[in-house]
Amino acid sequence: MTTTTTETAARRRTSLGSYDFRPYLVYIGFVLIFLVMAVTLRDEGFLTSGNLLLILQQTAPITVMAVGTVFVLSSGEIDLSIGSVVSLSALVSAVLLRDHGFVAGIAGGLLTGMTIGLINGLLVAKLRLPSFLITLGMMGLVTGLSERITRLQPVPSTNEVFNGLFGAGSLAGVSTLILWSGAVAVAGHCIFRHTRAGAHVLATGDNVGAARVAGVNVDRIRIGVLVASGACAALAGMLYTGRLHGATYTLGSADLLTVIAAVIIGGTRLKGGVGTVVGAVVGSLILGLLNNGLILAQFTPAEQQIARGLIILVAVVLTLREKKT
Amino acid sequence: MTTTESTRTSEPVLQLDGVRKEFGGVVAVQEFNLSVYSGEVVALVGDNGAGKSTLVKLVAGVHRPTAGQIRISGEEVTATDPRQVRELGIEVVYQDLALADHQPVYMNLFLGRELVTGPFRRLDKKRMARETQALVDELDVRIPSAKAIIRDLSGGQRQGIAISRATQWAKQLIIMDEPTAALGVAETAKVEELIDRLRRRDLAILLVSHDLDQVMRLANRITVLRRGVHVGTRMTEQTDKNEIVSMITGLQAADERA
Ligand SMILES: Nc1ncnc2c1ncn2[C@@H]1O[C@H](COP(=O)(O)OP(=O)(O)O)[C@@H](O)[C@H]1O
Ligand SMILES: [Mg+2]
Repeated sequence: MTTTTTETAARRRTSLGSYDFRPYLVYIGFVLIFLVMAVTLRDEGFLTSGNLLLILQQTAPITVMAVGTVFVLSSGEIDLSIGSVVSLSALVSAVLLRDHGFVAGIAGGLLTGMTIGLINGLLVAKLRLPSFLITLGMMGLVTGLSERITRLQPVPSTNEVFNGLFGAGSLAGVSTLILWSGAVAVAGHCIFRHTRAGAHVLATGDNVGAARVAGVNVDRIRIGVLVASGACAALAGMLYTGRLHGATYTLGSADLLTVIAAVIIGGTRLKGGVGTVVGAVVGSLILGLLNNGLILAQFTPAEQQIARGLIILVAVVLTLREKKT
Repeated sequence: MTTTESTRTSEPVLQLDGVRKEFGGVVAVQEFNLSVYSGEVVALVGDNGAGKSTLVKLVAGVHRPTAGQIRISGEEVTATDPRQVRELGIEVVYQDLALADHQPVYMNLFLGRELVTGPFRRLDKKRMARETQALVDELDVRIPSAKAIIRDLSGGQRQGIAISRATQWAKQLIIMDEPTAALGVAETAKVEELIDRLRRRDLAILLVSHDLDQVMRLANRITVLRRGVHVGTRMTEQTDKNEIVSMITGLQAADERA
């Protein structure tokens, strides 16, 4: 049997031809940025272990949310409410911690995030509404709630066990921030790459009709990823609370763009069907490195903001351009 | 290979008795009777809107008939549940909802039925890739690798994968809705070869097609729908393209009992 010309063309494209380097862009970018900063910011103390650990700690909440967002984007949905969930979960957690103690604080914080995720998921799956609109509406509602319940006042956390466990403390010399983000990243990676649930998330985002006729419960997938995303945002909120010894309604308000940028830079497809937890973690570290560099180079906050926006734009443009087939 | 109705001894794989489907007031299928046996290809033809896809979805368990009975190997399909139909050994190659483009071939083949291993139910990617490779080799579907991404394959290769997947799981019957409609000449020829090979494995195949030359080449029997009316069924050997065309267009009246 002869091989048709189209088949040969297809084969050539996958083997040699125009090699698609984009899956590795994030790793190449990370190494390049690290090297540039190591050289230019050496005198400012970039390469000290203290500074490098600080970067890891500061990116921890972003990394945690990025892991959840990999699942959401891969399934073809988006969760715009994560930033608002950070502050509400943090506030609920801090209030319960103050009034009812350690266990109530942790459970209340997590349940807040998961409940919001569940409502998002039910609305998206059962009413077949676009997650873009649902979670945008949810963002407004949750932000309002955060501002209302605390009347814009910060809620301090004096529970040192909680603070230690969620960010301020360390275990065997490693900051609990790093331990939490590492644990979430490893768990997320294993579920995403090595379980049926992970495969079904990808299939749902790739071709929802094909997934459905193959017996995948796509409603459960959609609800599941949004609940997971809410839980990740809640954990991020608790990490902020622990590290800062208290919660405010502004926590997480600037995180949405950073998280989505980290995930997209990492190689996850905005339209679903392709995702990587490892890439998202590295994407988050890249943004953390740049943030750190901008501060060390003594940019003003406004200049930092401009530079961050520019960098995210460039990175997203580089990664998002779909290969023409 | 082609046996006539009267000489058959085995039970039909698929049996439709007086199947009717209405959508609101619209009658999509009026009264449809057909039996499909192992080792034969039955072609379902008809103009656009004749009710072919509706019939496919009735058998697939996507729609429930308004009246009439559908039996699979003698067992009546009662629930509207694609999963029950799949468990009875029937697979459908849908024209549009075929494959997840950004996933590897082997994940598509095992989609919804992934193999897992160990106490953590970890995906057994190695075994899925190995079994996929063995299957596509056996069916002579030529792809660079079982790990290739669907998007990097040609239309013919993709259709080959969709049909391979159906073959992997179908124990009884494969229904194909316009499997070559989007393909070029050479790719169509490969898919036709594949269909012929499946028939020789004693599977039953219900083939929806617009291409009457293809139908004459492949099918043992041809059954015709016209605006929901079951016009009739013919042995391919005992008919010709002209008769089928006149059945499709209405130049020829429907049989007494199709
Ligand atoms: N889900 C549905 N709801 C209402 N009418 C439908 C539906 N599906 C099909 N029909 C109608 O049934 C008829 C047969 O359609 P279809 O089975 O798709 O035909 P074919 O596949 O032969 O082109 C058409 O008139 C179509 O409009
Ligand atoms: Mg049709």
